[in-house]
Amino acid sequence: MFLKAQIRRLNIKSFDALRNCLFIIPAVVIFSIFYIYPFFDLFSLSLHQWQGIGPKIFIGFRNFQELFADKVWWMSMGHAGYITLIALTLQNVLAFSLALACDREIRMKRFYRLVFFIPPVLSEVVVGILWNWILNSGTHNGQQLGLFNNFLMHTGFPQLVHNWLSDPKTVLTCIAVVHSWKGFGWGFIILLAGLQTIDRQLYEAARVDGAGSWNTCRHVTIPLMMPVIMVVVILTILGSMQVFVLIPSLVNQGLVYHTEVPVTRILASMSGFQFGYACAQAVVFGSILVAVSFTLKSFSNRMKQA
Amino acid sequence: MVVNQYLIQRFLKNTLTHIFLLIITISCLFPIFWMIRVSFMSNATVFADQSLIPVELNWHNYVVVWTKGNFGVYFINSMIYTISAVTGIVLISSLAAFAFSRLQFPGKNAIFYVFVAAMMIPLPGSFVPLFVRMNELHLVNTRLGYILCMINVGLSLSIFLLKTFFDKMPADLENAARIDGCSPVQIWWYIALPLAAPALAVIVIYNALNVWNEYILAALLFSDNSLMPLQPGLMVFNGAYQVDYPVLMAGLTMTAIPIIIVYLFMQKYIIKDLFSGAVVG
Repeated sequence: MFLKAQIRRLNIKSFDALRNCLFIIPAVVIFSIFYIYPFFDLFSLSLHQWQGIGPKIFIGFRNFQELFADKVWWMSMGHAGYITLIALTLQNVLAFSLALACDREIRMKRFYRLVFFIPPVLSEVVVGILWNWILNSGTHNGQQLGLFNNFLMHTGFPQLVHNWLSDPKTVLTCIAVVHSWKGFGWGFIILLAGLQTIDRQLYEAARVDGAGSWNTCRHVTIPLMMPVIMVVVILTILGSMQVFVLIPSLVNQGLVYHTEVPVTRILASMSGFQFGYACAQAVVFGSILVAVSFTLKSFSNRMKQA
Repeated sequence: MVVNQYLIQRFLKNTLTHIFLLIITISCLFPIFWMIRVSFMSNATVFADQSLIPVELNWHNYVVVWTKGNFGVYFINSMIYTISAVTGIVLISSLAAFAFSRLQFPGKNAIFYVFVAAMMIPLPGSFVPLFVRMNELHLVNTRLGYILCMINVGLSLSIFLLKTFFDKMPADLENAARIDGCSPVQIWWYIALPLAAPALAVIVIYNALNVWNEYILAALLFSDNSLMPLQPGLMVFNGAYQVDYPVLMAGLTMTAIPIIIVYLFMQKYIIKDLFSGAVVG
């Protein structure tokens, strides 16, 4: 009798467990096919030479050796690094000061918040083509086609008119600025949410102690916001290093060599049917990103404990 | 006197802040406003007409974009992909998140951590093996293939957000329903989902944005113009209408406006919920 009851209970239990498993089956199946399997494929393909069809030839780490000697690849990393540096300073300083401004008692707060998040909502293709037109340096019947050059002409700075997007010296900066225009809204909203968690009494205390706005910001706000700032910094680095779609839509062909970034290199290897090499590039690039973001993360954790 | 000085100082500070905020506001809105303005002009009037609001609304560009530019097809495709992928993500991720939060089964935590880890690890270039996989499964150039890919992209973040939400849900309601004889599926459908409406709103808008604006996978998977969504379609169009700015701007407007409208309607959820989650996590 006792045994029978035990078996029944076990059956019910395992039946429950089985039925509960059904809840996660769709997610797990899709995730395995489209994420986990390709994830391991990435590593195995990076050790092979493969042209998309035909046999995969195992070549060990030769793809990686080739990659480390590939000057264009490291140049593309440099370009992405440059864009990231500008984004980190311009975009985040802008986002932080906007968040500070909106955190105070000020009218139209909701309106500003609404507007600053409109650029991030647009797709990179739309932003790229739109800014291609703004920064265009072509002329039509003696009139500047691009809005920005046109503006410079009419406000009395004709000497500043420049072919922004076709000069290799300015094109990367233009990409970085447009990228920051599109991206600062994310930082702004995350930082603002963080600022609003700070206890107002701390500001009161600082004021009673005679601290001005600048000192309050330096000694109260920034130390308290450090974890949130770190999150924004990591997100900015990941987003800017992987910038890609913006580039072909902003800069039309012609300057390809000067605007290479890692993702365009991976795509180029792929369309050249060097799948193994493309995967090796992806592995190296991904590892660098993971290493950077984990270093920053542990750095910020250590700061939190100190 | 002292009070006066204080008031003047505060007034000055507020004015300066407003000027700063307004400059950035203009820099955000002006390009978009100009894009819409030019989309109603013709190549002849785009230089002649200097007024802020165009003299006449000329819908001709939109007709060109919709028919010759193939945007009728792209637009419908984008709608199909966005609606199906978001529906799929909501159903599949809420089922999984409910199980991770409320039900018992072997390996629960381990599987959940795999999803969370996937959310944290950046995988640039994962499209290479993914494309290879899709090719083997004969899912290249199919609607189903793209929709499944996009469901996968949104899955881990949605599961994570919903699980944290379900964890905070009071157990009493669920227990009452169980005593009344509800099965877990019924609890999920009748109790958990309606209660999770705010979290679901975040997931809907975040993923709708993501799918509508996605470019790389769509460009890789579709070589067939009749299946393409708007973003790669816009790139094709950009190549063909390089200098015809009014028509090009009509295409951009058509791509951007639907997502801006969705954002304006649902923005209160984004700002309140998604980012309070981001800061805590």
